[in-house]
Amino acid sequence: MSHRVINWFRYASPQTFYPLAGKLIPWFWALAAIFGVAGLTIGFLVAPTDAQQGEGYRIIFLHVPASWMSMFIYLVMAFWAAMGLAFNTRLSGMMASALAPTGALFAFLSLWTGALWGKPMWGTWWVWDARLTSELILLFLYIGFIALQAAIDDPRRADKAGAILALVGVVNIPIIYFSVKWWNTLHQGASVSLTKAPSMAALMLWGMLLCALACWMYSIAIALMRVRTIMLERERHTDWVRALLAEKE
Amino acid sequence: MLILIRAVIGRDLRLAMRRQADIVAAMFFFIIVVSLFPLGVGPEPDQLRKLAPGVLWVAALLATMLSLPRLFADDHRDGTLEQLALAPQPLGLVVLGKVIAHWLVAGLPLVLLAPVLGIQFDLAGDALAVLTLSLLIGTPALSGIGAIGAALTLGVRGGGVLLSLLVLPLYIPVLIFGAGAVDATVSGLGPQAHLSLLGALALGGVFFAPWPTAAALRVALE
Repeated sequence: MSHRVINWFRYASPQTFYPLAGKLIPWFWALAAIFGVAGLTIGFLVAPTDAQQGEGYRIIFLHVPASWMSMFIYLVMAFWAAMGLAFNTRLSGMMASALAPTGALFAFLSLWTGALWGKPMWGTWWVWDARLTSELILLFLYIGFIALQAAIDDPRRADKAGAILALVGVVNIPIIYFSVKWWNTLHQGASVSLTKAPSMAALMLWGMLLCALACWMYSIAIALMRVRTIMLERERHTDWVRALLAEKE
Repeated sequence: MLILIRAVIGRDLRLAMRRQADIVAAMFFFIIVVSLFPLGVGPEPDQLRKLAPGVLWVAALLATMLSLPRLFADDHRDGTLEQLALAPQPLGLVVLGKVIAHWLVAGLPLVLLAPVLGIQFDLAGDALAVLTLSLLIGTPALSGIGAIGAALTLGVRGGGVLLSLLVLPLYIPVLIFGAGAVDATVSGLGPQAHLSLLGALALGGVFFAPWPTAAALRVALE
């Protein structure tokens, strides 16, 4: 039993995780490239033109995965934050701070591609629709997390403060989402309904799922790369980093 | 438990009363921000009536933000906070007392000022009443949620700006239901639903927020 527990936590230490991450990164990049090429090929070359939206709908292959990832990464971040608070592991906080910029990037991409999509389809860059508004607020939450961590010099304190903020944010996300939704429906009927999912051709769906997988793999790869950098920076006084650097030179 | 909370409230109120300039400054900030809007968008009563709930509520959020950094900063500076954290009583209850005191000092004056400022915006009697009521119910939530941000940014570089980055997104539901209650009254729908939700937010905010706040304070004190 105790043997198991040791195995479970084996990669929770930066020293053991660093080489593992280094080995995994190329694989995730390769998977990201394969899924990305496959998804985009289906999306741009194979999938049929949409009957109503013409070619313009093809931005969906970036837009929808980006939105999914922006929401999912916040959850993963909060998960690592909770882990860090519960087990007091150094790596958890590093993972949370490594994920935040990617999540913010996807939230921004989702808003940007949404605006690009909205202009030709609805004739406007922006509507105060519930989904758009809550995505914007999600971006604010990411920015707050990154700003808080950047403002605190002591990394351990930054991790813990960030973790508390991430957990408070996760509790608030449903509240914010529903309040924005009710605000929207009480104010005026939304001029555009985003909630009715159009029945999608199977090929489009496949393209989208493949692109989502590509974004997923990209996020893992880039988060691992970032966490490796953070590890080196924070553990620069330890023996294993010194040994590693000596080896490189 | 009640004795502890009452003691903290009494102490914070006494401290606040000895530095009344801070309270008055926050109140005048509220008045000035609200008065700027008619100057910015023009004096047409119809337009002002439409803007009033949003403007007053946003100004209330900002005025609350302004007084938040002082919630823990003074106690942190002179070491009182460490003593409170060492006390056998749960730190969360101390925070709850401080949140209530903060509301009495920073939130309640806004509630009392709101009807006067609402008249500037030509609000009718029932809308004024609902505006005041919504602020009365909603401002405790602002103090509660704000305490988390104040604790997280305690002793941090550029704390004030950072605090607004952290807290304002979390204030959005309160803003929506608070201003929405007045809007609903003006348009004849009745404010019941909004006020109930606002009440739920306030209860949740005041009673759950002290615990993450206490955790954040312990992190800041490490």
